[in-house]
Amino acid sequence: MLIQLRNIEKAFNQGKPNEFWAIRGVTAQFEPQRITCLKGASGSGKTTLLSMIGCLSRPTSGRICLGGRVISGLPERFMTEVRRHTFGFIFQRFNLIPGLSVLENIMLPAYPLGLPYKALRKSARQLLKQFGLSNKADNPVQWLSGGEAQRVAICRSLINNPQILIADEPTANLDSKLSREFMGLLDELRHSGRTILISSHDPEVFASTAVERVVEMRDGMILDATG
Amino acid sequence: MLAFLRKQKYLIDYTLASLLRRKGKNVGLLTVYTLIVFMLASVMLFAHGLRHEAGLVLQSTPEIIVQRMQAGRHAMIPAEYLQRIGRMRGVTKKEGRLWGYYYDSAVKANYTVMTGGQTDAVLSEIAIGSGIARVRGLAIGDYLTLRSQSGDAFSFKITAVLDTESELVSADLLLMAPGAFRHVFGTEEGLYTDLVLSVRNPREVSKVAEKLAKLLPDTRLITREEILRTYDAVFSWRQGVVFILLVGAVLAFVIFAWDKASGLSAEERREIGVLKAIGWETADIMRMKFWEGAIISLTAFLIGYVAAYVHVFFASASLFEPVLKGWSVLYPRFRLTPSVDGLQAATLFFFSVLPYIVATIVPIWRTSITDPDAVMR
Amino acid sequence: MRKSNVFLVSLFLLLLGFVITLVDAGVRQHQAASKHESGIALVRQFGLTDLALFTEARYTRHLSQADFHSAFQDHPMAFEHFPTGSLVPPPLRMR
Repeated sequence: MLIQLRNIEKAFNQGKPNEFWAIRGVTAQFEPQRITCLKGASGSGKTTLLSMIGCLSRPTSGRICLGGRVISGLPERFMTEVRRHTFGFIFQRFNLIPGLSVLENIMLPAYPLGLPYKALRKSARQLLKQFGLSNKADNPVQWLSGGEAQRVAICRSLINNPQILIADEPTANLDSKLSREFMGLLDELRHSGRTILISSHDPEVFASTAVERVVEMRDGMILDATG
Repeated sequence: MLAFLRKQKYLIDYTLASLLRRKGKNVGLLTVYTLIVFMLASVMLFAHGLRHEAGLVLQSTPEIIVQRMQAGRHAMIPAEYLQRIGRMRGVTKKEGRLWGYYYDSAVKANYTVMTGGQTDAVLSEIAIGSGIARVRGLAIGDYLTLRSQSGDAFSFKITAVLDTESELVSADLLLMAPGAFRHVFGTEEGLYTDLVLSVRNPREVSKVAEKLAKLLPDTRLITREEILRTYDAVFSWRQGVVFILLVGAVLAFVIFAWDKASGLSAEERREIGVLKAIGWETADIMRMKFWEGAIISLTAFLIGYVAAYVHVFFASASLFEPVLKGWSVLYPRFRLTPSVDGLQAATLFFFSVLPYIVATIVPIWRTSITDPDAVMR
Repeated sequence: MRKSNVFLVSLFLLLLGFVITLVDAGVRQHQAASKHESGIALVRQFGLTDLALFTEARYTRHLSQADFHSAFQDHPMAFEHFPTGSLVPPPLRMR
């Protein structure tokens, strides 16, 4: 699904003394079935941009279209609906829920859908198998190592079978070896037909061969687009 | 519909997992919650059961009791008052009662001595309540010696021990012939303790009482309705007192529960952010929180209530016995007939379950409507 | 076993317990008629007026027959010689 951004602007604390424009006029287009990396220092606005694309927040002005459908002005219910079915998220700090088992964490995004338990469990187990975590299924997530936690986070993002994956600084808590492995996994996912958006300032990510396009950002604007 | 149910089950799954994460704290909360419900429900069921029992048994108590007052105190009433009352419309029966108290210093207990009214009863025979039989270790065929007004000792043969089923009214009763009563207590012939009147039509009772008050200005009248009302009030009042005593505990719990339920830690806020980010709606989070409140409060209510029922109606409210007993030596052994006031039970339910659910849901409202992108920052 | 199943089963059992208390109350009330018979007969025969719950003093044993000037003359919450005295209110007509 083609993602189109037109004149996106985003302000935090608008109208207050600490008003801050995180995004100042971004127009861009992200092609489907590709890995695109948003590169830039922290504070450059890449995370904010990703959260708007992923329907986690709304732009102050401008439009976001997803496969020709405007998603930036939808009411919360519909934003959640779009988010749930279209996007999978991988966060910098993994954001797994402690106290729940690995399997439960993976199933979590599907809970509100009310799918049959057995089928859901089966697909969660399949994902675990795919990522080599089968033996960890019933462990609590706080027992996992960084690399395992990241893989569980990927499984969780895939449970609702989204077309677009959004990864925010996914390698910030991983060493170089694990980062390379992670990029390898993303590459496989791209080949299975998914669009992947990453924000990162880690050379392991934006210099990776898997990344087809790097978009550099600074001060809330896009500097230059290669690829 | 099926999807809806499955979804609720998933939400319960999640809620239980998150409750179990702080196991000690939540189990503690549930225990205290259950105890409070148990105490309140016990008091409620017990008071209602007693009220019901009293109402049922005392239904056949005399319609009107006439007691003579002398210098503000209850005095013996001459038999001629019966003649003075004469024939009165609606009064079907009138007779004198002889009764009093006997303090038995051997066991430091007060007996209630009653006479049955039959003049032909054998003078040396008595029947005793099972409370007395228990305290004195007496059985049928044994002898009980009472010291009379004049200092002489009279031995009575026990010919009957009153039915244990009726213990609630008869535990301390000592039934003897009127002649024996007059002997032991030195009551002259022609004097009664008080008079009882039967009135066939309950609507005529107040009319009769009014006439009696005019006719016998030195008496006071006690009607059955008053007795029943007294008992109703006694137990309502007691229930109220215990509730008031419990208020402190309840308030302490409310503060604790409110703090527990409404205080959202940074960790919980974050969790809600994550849930929203991965596709939960605000409504889903509210539902999940509803289940959190409902699981705790429903469980506490049901366990507390059922335990209270068992305590009151199977274990004879043994925890309350010391309070009820006071300094009584003769205490009836009784098992209340279960009687549940639906309205009271419903009130207890609403006051114990709803506030907690509300306290869990309300604070979540604000957190869950904030933008979910907070987790990314 | 799934957590929600454990909970729902225990909730079901607790609800069952609750329903049983209601059924039990109904059944025992039905049976109680005979249980009350002897008590009612005694009350009728001897003109009993009170429950033998608090036998420690005259005015607590026969609540409804208490004298005007023995108990409860000041205030229901006034300190009493007997513990129950402080818990039992005066008969209605004396208030």
